[in-house]
Amino acid sequence: MSTAPILELRGIVKRFSTELDLAARLLNLLGAGYRAETVHAVDGVDLTIRRGEVVGLVGESGCGKSTLARVIAGIHAPTDGRLFFEGSDVAAMEGRERARFVRKVQMIFQDPMSSLNPRKRVQDIIGEAPVVHGLVPASEAAAYVDDLLAQVGLDSSYRRRLPHQFSGGQRQRIGIARALAVRPDVLVCDEAVAALDVSIQAQILNLFADLKSRFDLTYLFVSHDLGVVHHLAERVVIMYLGRIVEVAPTAELFREPNHPYAAALLQEVPRLDRRRRRFQPIKGELPSPLDPPKGCHFHPRCPHAMNRCRSEVPPLRRIAPDRWSACHLNDG
Amino acid sequence: MSIPALEVDDLQTHFLTRAGVAKAVNGVSFRVERGEILGLVGESGSGKTVTGFSILGLVDPPGQVVGGTVRVGGDVVSGLDDRAMARIRGKRVSMIFQDPMMTLNPVLRIDTQMIETIRAHETISVTAARARAREALALVGIAAPDERLLAYPHQLSGGMRQRVAIATAMLNRPEVIIADEPTTALDVTIQAQILYEVQELCRRFGTALVWITHDLSVVASLADRIAVMYAGRIVEEGPVDDVLDRPLHPYTRGLIDSVPQPGLRGGRLVPIPGMAPALVGLGEGCAFRARCARASMACASQPALRELRPGQRARCVHPLTVGSHAA
Ligand SMILES: Nc1ncnc2c1ncn2[C@@H]1O[C@H](COP(=O)(O)OP(=O)(O)OP(=O)(O)O)[C@@H](O)[C@H]1O
Ligand SMILES: Nc1ncnc2c1ncn2[C@@H]1O[C@H](COP(=O)(O)OP(=O)(O)O)[C@@H](O)[C@H]1O
Ligand code: SF4
Ligand code: SF4
Ligand SMILES: [Mg+2]
Ligand SMILES: [Mg+2]
Repeated sequence: MSTAPILELRGIVKRFSTELDLAARLLNLLGAGYRAETVHAVDGVDLTIRRGEVVGLVGESGCGKSTLARVIAGIHAPTDGRLFFEGSDVAAMEGRERARFVRKVQMIFQDPMSSLNPRKRVQDIIGEAPVVHGLVPASEAAAYVDDLLAQVGLDSSYRRRLPHQFSGGQRQRIGIARALAVRPDVLVCDEAVAALDVSIQAQILNLFADLKSRFDLTYLFVSHDLGVVHHLAERVVIMYLGRIVEVAPTAELFREPNHPYAAALLQEVPRLDRRRRRFQPIKGELPSPLDPPKGCHFHPRCPHAMNRCRSEVPPLRRIAPDRWSACHLNDG
Repeated sequence: MSIPALEVDDLQTHFLTRAGVAKAVNGVSFRVERGEILGLVGESGSGKTVTGFSILGLVDPPGQVVGGTVRVGGDVVSGLDDRAMARIRGKRVSMIFQDPMMTLNPVLRIDTQMIETIRAHETISVTAARARAREALALVGIAAPDERLLAYPHQLSGGMRQRVAIATAMLNRPEVIIADEPTTALDVTIQAQILYEVQELCRRFGTALVWITHDLSVVASLADRIAVMYAGRIVEEGPVDDVLDRPLHPYTRGLIDSVPQPGLRGGRLVPIPGMAPALVGLGEGCAFRARCARASMACASQPALRELRPGQRARCVHPLTVGSHAA
């Protein structure tokens, strides 16, 4: 495995200003006093992704996984911090360099239906972008699409069909073929198998594994499913409320998580080989990202929380070769 | 043998669609004892939700329960008129839905709806009902229950709403709870909290629980027995360890092999080829045969659900691994 970084994130921050929802506006008429607020969806993330590796990104709903994925794929501009692709600052890219970055980092979404234009035929969904990018002459687009359909395990007769004429698993294959069509280096997959039945999910996971070696791809695989991440990823990044709390090689993380949140998460994930177990869940709700706790975001739920955890943000520190964790306990 | 808390016998529910009749539930039978947790698993469209709805008499047109008997504590509760069914629902059998807003009324305060649920079935003062509602919230692990009683549903997180729905389902100490994927939309740590609380409640009150899910791992963690559904039928049923460690039906085996497991890290999964069949126009014979490596001519007629090991039944002409374990 080559270790040259393909993507580097330094201090990435993404903030959103929320608008009030209808319920809040109605309650405001009754004097409730809700105000528009700012969400720190991603709150200072440093991460290096090496060429050819599969990085899993896990964490609970709203912790900022999708936001971070979109920043990496160039869909969101970060509010602060810098993103480097092959050593170049993405914010400074222009013209052809910018176009190349956009093409080289492709995103695959959870719900292929909402990301495929319902009125376009498969031929155009897959075949348009590579022609626009000048990768394939228009006269060869049909043959190119046939080949891609074969790569993702679909029959070439499907070329003329519309998205609604496919099952969920088939639509996800089309989404993958569309991403591959522009010859990307990186696939950012956001919950790409979450909507699929388990037997279909297994087909798509195998497909991801095949394509990776066939096309020399780098993956960022976002998933709330630890089983899927464990299966596919070489390295795992765990987020909690906008921050990375632990980064570790997959096998080491599952053997011996360092961060108390990582430990709780691994402890509680249901597994086929854990029968009729008595759950010993960590207490407490996931705090609102609108009003995250001070200090370590995890402190209200952490069984090891100390005084300084309530005021001092633990930095993400190297705790072993290739292992990082953000917890004051590591200070000894 | 004692009377089971829930007994479902040959349940049949059909949907009349433009394309034809979809037999969403096609002869489903199972029983759940007091305090027992049955995991009803299957992929989407296999008929899990419709089975739950049919038991509670909640199927709306174009769907119709066309056959079968449901008994709760030995009493037949199928085929009742709406008023009689309304007296059973929420009292002897409750349902928890994937979306808690199916249970909760968005414009009513939590205390109002919980008190109403109690007083619909019992003559009891508002004060006493309120106290019971408060206790129910505390039982499902809601911190500051007094405060939550005054909240509206939209002021609660998804996990908390689901807990309120569970507490509401438990209010009248039903004999049976049918839970349809109530933790599927929740995060791992919140799901674990809810599984823990539900487990405790069943132990403590002897409630029989049918836990519907597509997630085999959740069932492994939670249930005593598993029933596997495919295309409207139960194809295998038995104790959790037997079904997961020694499945008899090729579909069960396929489901297990599709789940990424720690020992197999990075290896290839063994998916089931093809996809689930459409229910409309599904002919006779085993519905799995287009995807089954063991299929033969004999599979063209519908196999019966047979007990092939003590307590473990499967609907298959060529079941797996029976030889090596048969007496
Ligand atoms: N466009 C937006 N406008 C306002 N807030 C947003 C926007 N996108 C995301 N957020 C907020 O940012 C936070 C992180 O959201 P994000 O979608 O990245 O979470 P996630 O980890 O992907 O969650 P899930 O597991 O539910 O997909 C949340 O609080 C979310 O409400
Ligand atoms: N309102 C309806 N109209 C027509 N068919 C329906 C309706 N509701 C459910 N079905 C059909 O019944 C079958 C079983 O559905 P369901 O019980 O919801 O599956 P599951 O819960 O296992 O995913 C499916 O084929 C579904 O399409
Ligand atoms: S920093 Fe403190 S609160 Fe945060 S995880 Fe570590 S011990 Fe727990
Ligand atoms: S009955 Fe035949 S087709 Fe059906 S599961 Fe058994 S062997 Fe396979
Ligand atoms: Mg997301
Ligand atoms: Mg369902």
